[in-house]
Amino acid sequence: MRKIVYLLVFVLLNLVQPVFGQNAKADYGVFALTNAEIVTVTNGTVQNGTLIIRDGMIESIGTSVEIPSDAKVIDCSGLQIYPGMIDAGSRIGLIEVGSDARTRDYNEIGDVIPQMKTLTAVNPNSALIPVNRVSGVTTSLIMPSGGIFPGTASLINLHGYTPDQMYADFESILINFPVTGRRGRWDRRSDDEIKKQAEKNISEMKEVWNSAKAYARIDSALKAEGNGERPDYYPEMEAMMPYVRGEKPVLVEVNAAKDIKAAIAWVEENDIDAIFIGVSEGWRMADELAKAGIPVITGPVLSTPTRSYDNYDQAYANAGMMQKAGVQVALRTGDAENIRNLPYNAGFAAAYGMGREEALKAITIVPARIFGVDDQLGSLEEGKKATLFITTGDPFETSTDVRHVFIDGWNIPLESRQTKLYDEFLERSPGVEK
Amino acid sequence: MNMKLLLTLLFASLTLVVAKAQETGDIIIRNGTVLTITNGTLENTDVLIRDGKISKIGTDLKAPNGAKEYDATGKFVMPGIIDAHSHIGIDAVNEATSPVTAEVFTGDALDPLDVSIYRALAGGVTISHALHGSANAIGGESETIKHRYGTVNPSDLAMEGAPRTIKFALGENPTRVHGGGSNIVPRTRMGVEAVFRNAFSEGREYMEAWDEYNANKDKKGYTGIAPEYNRRLETIADILRGDIIIHCHSYRADEIYMLMQVCKDFGVKKLVFQHVNEGFKVAPELAEFGAMASVFSDWWAYKFEVYYSTAYNAAILTRNGVVTSINSDSGELIRHLYHEAAKTLKYGDLSEEEALKLITINPAKQLGIDDRVGSLEEGKDGDVAVFSAHPLSIYAIPELTVVDGIVRFDRENDPADMRIYPDPEEDIEVILSHEHRSDRCMQDTEFLFQQ
Repeated sequence: MRKIVYLLVFVLLNLVQPVFGQNAKADYGVFALTNAEIVTVTNGTVQNGTLIIRDGMIESIGTSVEIPSDAKVIDCSGLQIYPGMIDAGSRIGLIEVGSDARTRDYNEIGDVIPQMKTLTAVNPNSALIPVNRVSGVTTSLIMPSGGIFPGTASLINLHGYTPDQMYADFESILINFPVTGRRGRWDRRSDDEIKKQAEKNISEMKEVWNSAKAYARIDSALKAEGNGERPDYYPEMEAMMPYVRGEKPVLVEVNAAKDIKAAIAWVEENDIDAIFIGVSEGWRMADELAKAGIPVITGPVLSTPTRSYDNYDQAYANAGMMQKAGVQVALRTGDAENIRNLPYNAGFAAAYGMGREEALKAITIVPARIFGVDDQLGSLEEGKKATLFITTGDPFETSTDVRHVFIDGWNIPLESRQTKLYDEFLERSPGVEK
Repeated sequence: MNMKLLLTLLFASLTLVVAKAQETGDIIIRNGTVLTITNGTLENTDVLIRDGKISKIGTDLKAPNGAKEYDATGKFVMPGIIDAHSHIGIDAVNEATSPVTAEVFTGDALDPLDVSIYRALAGGVTISHALHGSANAIGGESETIKHRYGTVNPSDLAMEGAPRTIKFALGENPTRVHGGGSNIVPRTRMGVEAVFRNAFSEGREYMEAWDEYNANKDKKGYTGIAPEYNRRLETIADILRGDIIIHCHSYRADEIYMLMQVCKDFGVKKLVFQHVNEGFKVAPELAEFGAMASVFSDWWAYKFEVYYSTAYNAAILTRNGVVTSINSDSGELIRHLYHEAAKTLKYGDLSEEEALKLITINPAKQLGIDDRVGSLEEGKDGDVAVFSAHPLSIYAIPELTVVDGIVRFDRENDPADMRIYPDPEEDIEVILSHEHRSDRCMQDTEFLFQQ
């Protein structure tokens, strides 16, 4: 009997062990990245420099930095260091398998649900996360979708075991500015129906905003009285208070030129601190956007023109045209499983008018500034978070390899299910023989 | 003017229209870096196209009178890109009314006015495979089209002489449409196999009945009558005869393996798998069969059957000896196939030469047109794309696209509105919002899934 127990234990151990050994863990501590070309984004490029990481932060950058005795040294000869890329609009972590509604957590029921937080639904263990972060995309704003106020978007880092560990200190409610045009070839509504629906949605949006303002005033008045009374519980209104008070910027998704114009008028009239997102026809309203000083998140760059009579490359050129007009422009993929293509979206924007330097900013320091986290992310500076990646060259080129990724000082293993499948199947064993 | 003369003139003008639409051109593209694909890279080289064919590749070539001159100094010249899986230039995609619809043909639904054709040209793509959709286990025959944007005659798009192809489909799409949507076989991957075996068996009986009739009908005393003509079985019989190349929508390794077994049993050899996301798992079997693979660069996770995919698919297949191409299945992606191919430099370290083959000679092999296109060689069709930089660089901009010696896209001369017949009723406020996952493989089946 004892023999059988031993045998069973032996078998079980052998079954269990390989499972535990499958995923490499991230590594933390003091790191010295030496002999590197350090592309700081905000302070030029340091040749043959050293970057020290300690306690999750960039401790120092320079050419004559002393290497701490406790540092793990990574020789970066011939390599370049960049700040982690920020995808300013995606669904990563909110969706696992696109066609399966049970794995889609970005669209809750209801037209006015700003209190629904994407941070709550992010799955830290999504298989999509390692697949994408090994390309140097370290951070993303994850977006809800649906009605007029579909929820709260959150900025997350692509590492951590809980949403709080992933949270990157920015969240904002999203307003889908009502669309006045036809939404696509599948949109079979009559012109009249479209017009009526749009008018109804616009008045609903304004009414909700004004109600939230009133709610915030009541809240302030009750607070001033100081007897502990609170307004009646309306989670939607509660969620909107910081935004109607102007304490935090709101995200406004808007795309068609006519809608952009109306949205500018609305946010100016109501003194709303807004970030426009989408903005696929921003090039048609570039001067107005610049004049209004509204920052923009646009993309995907790799998309077709919004109208059949526009230039074939209009979507490639859009970001650059806005940036040249003086608009602060960040880029998004709008994707989930392939936000790893963010550098290629930036590359196309670069090639079609934006230029390489500005396109790099549009996926690093510009989104960091728009989200108010530029004291932590978006460039390589002493005192910022050690969220960065190390490459063999220009990250926009597909011939470039990523050699290391650090998120909040964690040295991320460069493996994912996709790399493991490669390792297993490049030379499959057995081959065709049985 | 008498009636006869009028008719003659009318006829003559009609012929003129036809002749003009199929016209070929003369052009010399000078002093570029020429990526021949099959014969290496040639610096400072001219490519001369006469009457729509590549007549000479060399230095300091003399151009015939009247030939267009294009200075490609500092630029890169490559064969026109070929997309083995697309749905642009057709007005209908799925005849989703039966698990087997071998009687239909996308060539009957060509739409030369589709502005997507111009957008594809602006990405250097000169040929695409206008595939039937993936709703049916056996879909329709599909047309290989040349991007002769500017013609208004649908049949001018067809690439004359290209072999016949047919769309097959495995997995979730046919089971969802027929088993799920219409409550008929196939609902499972078992059912999909049964559909093929039934169809091939019926096709074989039909073929044998006709073969028997044709062999004997002129013989004295033969009393047999001709079998009843059946367009669906005609097509299936032609597959069995080896006259049609199967292009099969597929994802999972098991279903890919299944179709190879079915084809072996019926002696079918011309087999190309489309998407084939898990092809890398059965790469040795694909290579042994001689089946080819037309894949996405990195699409995955949009449905369960592509959850266990890898962007290294093209590289693994290539390293295992499978003739592999990268396709678009999308009016967006077709505009930057050169960039999609370039991703194989990252995912699996393919060489530049191998990466370029994925969008040129390899898709040409899959469509059975590699004797005509897919590389820059004397005698081949004058289909050429010129890029501002090496086409695998992110900074490369397609600048000139030539089909049969005729310039169909020139970035220097590119008016915004390239519609051929603007629809006067089109609402100009129409905005095609960004649709995540815009593939059209399941277009025309939406009615089955409306709630």
